[in-house]
Amino acid sequence: MGAGRYADDVATPRGTLHAAVVRSPHAHALIKDIDTSKALALPGVHHVLTGEDIRAISDPFLIVLKKPIDQWALAVERVRYVGEAVAIVIAEDRYIAEDGADLVDVAYDPLPVVIDPREAVSADAPVLHPDAGSNELSAREFTYGDPDKAFAAAHKTVSLEVEYPRSSYTPMECFVVVANYLRGDDSYDVLANFQGPFSIHPVMARSLRVPGTRLRLRIPADSGGSFGIKLSVFPYIVLMALASRVVGRPVKWVEDRLEHLQAANSGPNRVTKIEAAVEKDGRVTALRFDNMEDYGAYLRAPMPGPLYRMHGATTGAYDIRNLAMTNRVVVTNKMPASLVRGFGGPQLYLALERLMQRVAIELELDPLEVIRRNLISPGSFPYRTCAGALYDSGDYQQAIDKAVGEGRLDDLLARRDKARKEGRMYGIGFATVVEPGMSNMGYLSTINPADVRERQGPKNGAISMVNVNVDAIGTVSVTADLTVQGQGHATAISQIVADQLGLKPDDISINLELDTQKDAWSIAAGTYSCRFSPGTAVAAHIAAKNIREKVARIAAKQLNTVADDIDFGGGRVFSKTNPDNGAAFARVAGTAHWSPVLMPETDDPGLSETGIWSPPELEPPSSKDEINTSLTYGFVFDMCGVEIDPATMQVRVDRYVSMHDAGTLINPLLAEGQIRGAFVQGLASALYEEIVYDEAGALQSGTFAEYLVPTACEVPPVELMHIETPSPFTPLGAKGLAEGNCMSTPVCIANAVADALSLKDVPLPATPERLNALVCGEEAAPPAGISAEKPVSATAGDAAITGDGSVTVKASPAEIWKALLDPESLKHIIPGCHSVSAVTPEHYRAQVSLGVGPIRGRFIADVKLSDLNPERAATLSGDLAGPLGKAQGSGHVTLTPEDGATRIDYTYGVDIGGKVASVGGRMIKRAAQIVIGQFFERLSEVASGKHGADASANGSKSESRSWIARLFGGNR
Amino acid sequence: MKPAPLSYIRPDTAEEAVAGLAEHGADARILAGGQSLMAMLNLRLVEPKALIDISQIDELRSIRIDGNMIEVGAAVTQAEFLAWPQLKEHAPFIAKALPWVGHFQTRNRGTVCGSIAHADPSSELPLSLALLEGEVVLRSKSGTRHLKASEFQTGMLQTARRDDEMITAVRFPADVGTKGAAFREVARRHGDFAIVSVGAVAADQGAVRVAVGGVADRPACIGIEASLTVSDMTDRIERLAWELGGYDDIHASARYRRDLVRRLVPIIIGEVRACAK
Amino acid sequence: MREVTKDEVVRISLELNGKTVSGNATSRMLLTDFLRNELGLTGTHVGCEHGVCGCCTVRIDGVAARSCLMLAVQADGRRIDTVEGLAASKDALNALQRAFRKHHALQCGFCTAGILMSFSDFLSRKQNPEEDEVREVLGGHICRCTGYDGLVKAIMEAAAEMRGETPSNAGAA
Repeated sequence: MGAGRYADDVATPRGTLHAAVVRSPHAHALIKDIDTSKALALPGVHHVLTGEDIRAISDPFLIVLKKPIDQWALAVERVRYVGEAVAIVIAEDRYIAEDGADLVDVAYDPLPVVIDPREAVSADAPVLHPDAGSNELSAREFTYGDPDKAFAAAHKTVSLEVEYPRSSYTPMECFVVVANYLRGDDSYDVLANFQGPFSIHPVMARSLRVPGTRLRLRIPADSGGSFGIKLSVFPYIVLMALASRVVGRPVKWVEDRLEHLQAANSGPNRVTKIEAAVEKDGRVTALRFDNMEDYGAYLRAPMPGPLYRMHGATTGAYDIRNLAMTNRVVVTNKMPASLVRGFGGPQLYLALERLMQRVAIELELDPLEVIRRNLISPGSFPYRTCAGALYDSGDYQQAIDKAVGEGRLDDLLARRDKARKEGRMYGIGFATVVEPGMSNMGYLSTINPADVRERQGPKNGAISMVNVNVDAIGTVSVTADLTVQGQGHATAISQIVADQLGLKPDDISINLELDTQKDAWSIAAGTYSCRFSPGTAVAAHIAAKNIREKVARIAAKQLNTVADDIDFGGGRVFSKTNPDNGAAFARVAGTAHWSPVLMPETDDPGLSETGIWSPPELEPPSSKDEINTSLTYGFVFDMCGVEIDPATMQVRVDRYVSMHDAGTLINPLLAEGQIRGAFVQGLASALYEEIVYDEAGALQSGTFAEYLVPTACEVPPVELMHIETPSPFTPLGAKGLAEGNCMSTPVCIANAVADALSLKDVPLPATPERLNALVCGEEAAPPAGISAEKPVSATAGDAAITGDGSVTVKASPAEIWKALLDPESLKHIIPGCHSVSAVTPEHYRAQVSLGVGPIRGRFIADVKLSDLNPERAATLSGDLAGPLGKAQGSGHVTLTPEDGATRIDYTYGVDIGGKVASVGGRMIKRAAQIVIGQFFERLSEVASGKHGADASANGSKSESRSWIARLFGGNR
Repeated sequence: MKPAPLSYIRPDTAEEAVAGLAEHGADARILAGGQSLMAMLNLRLVEPKALIDISQIDELRSIRIDGNMIEVGAAVTQAEFLAWPQLKEHAPFIAKALPWVGHFQTRNRGTVCGSIAHADPSSELPLSLALLEGEVVLRSKSGTRHLKASEFQTGMLQTARRDDEMITAVRFPADVGTKGAAFREVARRHGDFAIVSVGAVAADQGAVRVAVGGVADRPACIGIEASLTVSDMTDRIERLAWELGGYDDIHASARYRRDLVRRLVPIIIGEVRACAK
Repeated sequence: MREVTKDEVVRISLELNGKTVSGNATSRMLLTDFLRNELGLTGTHVGCEHGVCGCCTVRIDGVAARSCLMLAVQADGRRIDTVEGLAASKDALNALQRAFRKHHALQCGFCTAGILMSFSDFLSRKQNPEEDEVREVLGGHICRCTGYDGLVKAIMEAAAEMRGETPSNAGAA
């Protein structure tokens, strides 16, 4: 134990320096200036690189769409999301690098922000990539069958709009890169926990302006999880490679959790409008989808994969022959979306399976019956969907029957009846999912119209490569084109190879490090989209089989028999007809090395075979946009019961049943591990995890205290079941199975919540806060004498934090006015102010220390006064910036004389961004209120000659101060 | 995520510790268990010039009964307090609330006093101190003073501790709640900061004293007399919900917090009354 | 009194996995970085550096705690146990590791070291835990691969074995 070799454990080359990344606190801004002088002056800092430096020595990343949206390893000219890398500091160690990063001063010019994809496509939305002209980068329409006719003829149309939220599955190990520029041959040697697909290797090499052979990428033996996300280390591979080149030393960077949660990647959020044409009996005759997928600020290759990965399987488990689909790719001011386990499946099935429940409700049918009536029948496999997927095998009816029987649906129904009789909120949900395995590398070309595809040439297939080598003493070793994430691949491969060669799995040595200069690999290499069972495992099987056949031929010659008569077992190679006639496997294998003279004439000496496999079923898209998006199609049927606590509105999963058909199971224990892991991730998307931005684009979920990964205490028991309908397209009959519950569980729970609360629209994650708001209606007005917080005021605009209040000051409006316009007075009024200088008479710059309790940061504040109506009203606006984050706010102040005193009424709106918003969300609103309160308390003090002790502040909820004081003082 | 440069001071006695505070004042932070402070240092939310580590000062490591008070020294961990054999008998409320503080692993190092010093509005220990009407012992070079819970915590993360003072102990009245004590908290996950926490103990003459955390900027307490009718109690709780106001954050809105007050306070009062019978 | 100023590099000695070792540290160096980078023991992993994920859990004077929430200088003179010390130690601890393997309680293995350290402490204090108690302690760790089920089974089984009971097959189903 403790002997793992993860990327951060690998010894670094001598002289390695360490990098820290300076990140944008703004969701959208122009970069006016980057002052690196203070950072460079810090002892131990070697260099600071900015976007302009990168631009001079690299090229922008290639993207899938032909659109002018340049993206580099560091922001160039503008930032488009909070957390975007703006500069890197390279220093002796990480501590000093972070000190240096805090000293890099970046001046920004904030731009309007857009967060909601629906707003991003409106005419007046700020455009993220002006050269692209619009935030909608692609809109493609697809038609299969005759959906218009089916809708016209339908008994009824059932429609729904759903939103799949943003989440990620945050591997416990963050990104790690150690880059070393080798001057001798102008090449880069990079160790990183990249996990593929290796189609991104050319993207990196192109950006570095070297041929692929001069970007040696090495993946270490162990990986602390990926779930797709480690693909997104690639911009940092390029960045650190460039940094190494510039500083002339190896550079190491380890992403920290704060960086990961704000900038690694997330699954795309998607808004889907879906409609079904239905018959009276619940048969769905056609579907219409309008998918709007939000990829965040950039479209990193291979995006927009999630929008097309499921394309052929859009009709799910159902025999629906008419389909219309519009796919829109939208950019907003969020972190770029990329690969996350599930990859388009959760988004699709949230829409489709919620809709199936709605069909049942609107037709007053049983939801399970509606599912059953639409299923593809068992006799029709291989089944070609209307959008082109070729479902390999399945028996959906049998799977559901078994799940309903052994999973005891009757018990679930009885629990619901009992609960409802007692007035409790209990609901049942179902979800039916076809789970793709091994993506067709050509699916993404469906985004281009047929004529464009024709010009570009076909793209298809998914190549897997495995090498099996037998050395001179008969020891078997295997390398493969996949990267390790703990799925137990080594166990499975050793079993496959050992079975072929009559050896024990322990006899097989598996090395799953990957080295692009020494290993066999192709663009599909890596670990994602469940390609192991249908891909790499097959290539391993082929390579082992080739070895077996060669050894059999060698043995046949030595044992005076024919190769067909040779069998393997117990470490021996022997004649089937006369098992005593045999030899040790090691001895026969050794022949290939020691005695080429003894080789059969048809065979070369040596014993090393590379199995290469690309399934023929993975064809390019047809001229009618039909695409077989994956090789295998497993089946998942989930059902669950949930109960909602009436006091807290928390959802408790009471029972959960998950039935899988993943073809032949290669290793049931490993399969169970994958399914249970995916289940918890699905549960997380349903109830807990969300990457949250406020309207101003500030990221709010920056630590594991805000981004809520379920722990063992949150996970309910799951009953797992299997049937096996072997895939005819894979030699082992196996299918992918590791993503199904990421797709089925969110919608299964959503359906159960909908059932429990009679909701049409279920927000995900279904947090207690959201359910409470939906179920409990408007809050009654407060009792007499208490005022509720007022809604957003006019001057506050769309700011995230707003408020208002009034203070009465024993001073005249003239005195107050004077205080507001005098730098020396402002120094005393602005909380935490060290110094104030006037830029113009109405523009001040102040140095302030602000915070709450122990949390305190230094900021530069720019304060501007406008709309001046002397002695009556003014608008104060200001920007704050410092290492802790930034804030922008404005407030409107009116002065009203009141018998010798002045009442100051104020409204304000503040947006807070950067680190403090990401990590301190729980506190920040109140912290801002405290600081603003202090401002007006001090104003009243200063204006009234600092003796206005009786100035009474009346914030919007402070009439009750005396009562509050009594509460806190204790009521004895 | 690494701390900014700082000096580390590990005094052997409380006297040395307060001398250190006298020297560094607001630039120093006391480090005891570090379960909140170290995270804030790593995030660079807090950048003190000096850390004064009191975790190994022997005189601060005791839990003792002093008259009718339980005194918990500043280096006593939450786990040690939880394992104190007399906890259930003399402080039944704390025995119920303490397991909700963080996790097993953080209670192993986090201190009782540290949690109170941190003054998080939704923490269990400040709520316990407020509910039980305990006090905080503050020591500086110029002497020692005792502050009542209500005087000590002045707001969110804000206390009446002066920069030259350290908490040497907190004192909980012994045997409060022996006739009934209940605690509940609502958090998104087990071990998270509470969205709302409520605690209650049976008080004299059938009354129940209730504390609510996580809604206002510090825990708030009310008394519910035995004579109160159900509808009067409902009105009292409704008023409480509005007075505390609540606030919006990523996990919950002010309104949801108020709803939790409305629903949980009656439940907890019922629980205390049920124990009292 | 011990004082380490901000620019000082000091020698730290501690009892690590039963042996006295020493290394250099600055005042602000985290214990995680000291163990991994100075002493070369990379079995303790870093997952969040804010005390939530549990990957870096070690035992400090016997009790399980986050090493990211502790400075290296605080470990001076203390007893620290890390995952590297487990395998070679008593049979009781090997029971935990064996059960992890049997129940496929780890996939990527990144969180495993911390979990083992928590339970090597917890099970020494509580020999006969309820499943809920195991989940509560496990709640101080984040595992993204396994779904926790195999972990709970493995820990319950290891606890039984450490009590001298024969491992039941019920948990292995």
